[in-house]
Amino acid sequence: MIEFEQVSYWYSDVESLLEIKDEVLNSVSVVIQKGEFVVLLGRNGSGKSTLAKHCNGLLIPKRGKVTIDGLNTMQAENLWEIRQKVGLVFQNPDNQIIATTVEEDVAFGPENLGLPMEEIRRRLEEALSIVDMQDFRRKEPHLLSGGQKQRVAIAGVLAMHPEYLVLDEATSMLDPEGRGEIISLVSRLKGSITVFHITHYIEEAVNADRVMVMDEGRMVAQGTPREIFNLRDQIVTWGLELPQVTETAWLLREKYPHLFPTLPVSETELVDALCLSS
Amino acid sequence: MLGKSIVLGQFIPIESPIHSLDPRVKIILAGVLIFILFIVQDWFSFLFLGIFIFGLTLTAHIPTGYLLKSLKPILFLLVFTLVLQIFFTPGEVIWEYGILRISREGFVRGLFIIVRLCLLILATSLLTLTTTPVELTDGLEYLMNPFKRWGFPAHELAMMMTIAIRFIPTLLEEADRIMKAQEARGANFETGSIIQRAKNLIPLLVPLFINSFKRADDLAIAMESRCYRGGIGRTRLRVLQLKQSDYRFLFLSLAFITFVTFSSFFLW
Ligand SMILES: Nc1ncnc2c1ncn2[C@@H]1O[C@H](COP(=O)(O)OP(=O)(O)O)[C@@H](O)[C@H]1O
Ligand SMILES: [Mg+2]
Repeated sequence: MIEFEQVSYWYSDVESLLEIKDEVLNSVSVVIQKGEFVVLLGRNGSGKSTLAKHCNGLLIPKRGKVTIDGLNTMQAENLWEIRQKVGLVFQNPDNQIIATTVEEDVAFGPENLGLPMEEIRRRLEEALSIVDMQDFRRKEPHLLSGGQKQRVAIAGVLAMHPEYLVLDEATSMLDPEGRGEIISLVSRLKGSITVFHITHYIEEAVNADRVMVMDEGRMVAQGTPREIFNLRDQIVTWGLELPQVTETAWLLREKYPHLFPTLPVSETELVDALCLSS
Repeated sequence: MLGKSIVLGQFIPIESPIHSLDPRVKIILAGVLIFILFIVQDWFSFLFLGIFIFGLTLTAHIPTGYLLKSLKPILFLLVFTLVLQIFFTPGEVIWEYGILRISREGFVRGLFIIVRLCLLILATSLLTLTTTPVELTDGLEYLMNPFKRWGFPAHELAMMMTIAIRFIPTLLEEADRIMKAQEARGANFETGSIIQRAKNLIPLLVPLFINSFKRADDLAIAMESRCYRGGIGRTRLRVLQLKQSDYRFLFLSLAFITFVTFSSFFLW
């Protein structure tokens, strides 16, 4: 369980010696249970990355506390264990691949853990097959597509056998094809590992167990995808856009109020609802 | 795209007895060759070392023309050195025109120096053509390991090399992108005086430089969150192990080089 208790954070400005207390996280309380697939939504600058970096102790709360399975990130001696438990994948695929070949990069984490060679090799094979990149093991990272690079980054994290996978806008720099690859990979991982997927593409929240929305450093809403998508007006004020399917349903509902007793969130649901009603 | 066509290092991915040698053996041999090339002072040694390098090239299945291409970047340096030596070494004059005069000593010395430079480049190219960057850094790290005892940062250096190699194509790609963007807005990188062209590079270099800092920052965070904490307690996916054939090759090569060097000293 990842638990945020009243976490506040602000970046200190090195130049003006004064700490400008512009709170990037403002008393955030969040719980992520084991096995869940949670999506966090929020516009640019709402504090999502700052939150993500608190999940494995890259940032330490200025107020409040973060615990991972009871381990407080405040204590430096816990960080090693916390970083094995919580794997982070970042936004820019180019800036998180360290080694000069795919397999060397996937092995980087296990090497740091000091695992024996056979175990590293076993985990390498396993991780490469999960992300379906076995055929690229000898490739140099710069020859891969964005989606492939991001799959390598995910494999590198999975090879450490984490319990939580935090994806910080892992899809936002990819083309539609690459995004599709990552989304389908994430839905395959769902269930076998806790996934905390951070994004500003609201469609990616459709399959979540739970959706959270952040704005200006605060947690402003939590609920099932359907509950969140029902908050049409608020979604706009949070700087997000409804998924096309839901937007269509809303527009239809304005004209034909009887049409959708429950709001459809996926294409199939929309089609089914339309077919049933006719 | 500039970046896509770049191969990390110059490695040629084929199979040969030289390719499959332990990288440490190749690094040591290249080091010894470089050292010897600097100390020998006669044509006889150059001839034999040249034959030796040529033999290795054949064994490595590398086309000779390909190897010779590695001399291209230093062509200017070679010509420059030759000209300098030819015209400015005093001695018996063999050709004269106005204030220009060529001495026999200058001519011989100039040739000698460029042959030495060529052999040096060929020896190192042979190493990089037959060894992947991963093997190269691994090999160097292993070789530097004994010096850790005295505080030598072996692991850190190897890691820096890896990251540098990893990011060269990325930065080239980025430079290419920025250049295209600037060209689209009317910047000109190809014509004009040297000073003008250097000036035009500023709007290319500044964003490249600033972005590199951002990249370095991101990379450090990514490494830290993957439990990186330096070389202590770290194991490796690939463990280097010297094979019988490595010992045999190293021994024979060193014996040959020693023989050439010693006989040259006696003949000299
Ligand atoms: N290293 C930093 N130093 C100072 N301010 C930062 C830093 N990183 C982010 N911020 C600020 O914190 C706010 C939240 O940023 P971030 O967590 O990256 O949001 P998001 O990931 O949702 O786009 C932004 O206003 C940003 O300018
Ligand atoms: Mg972000």
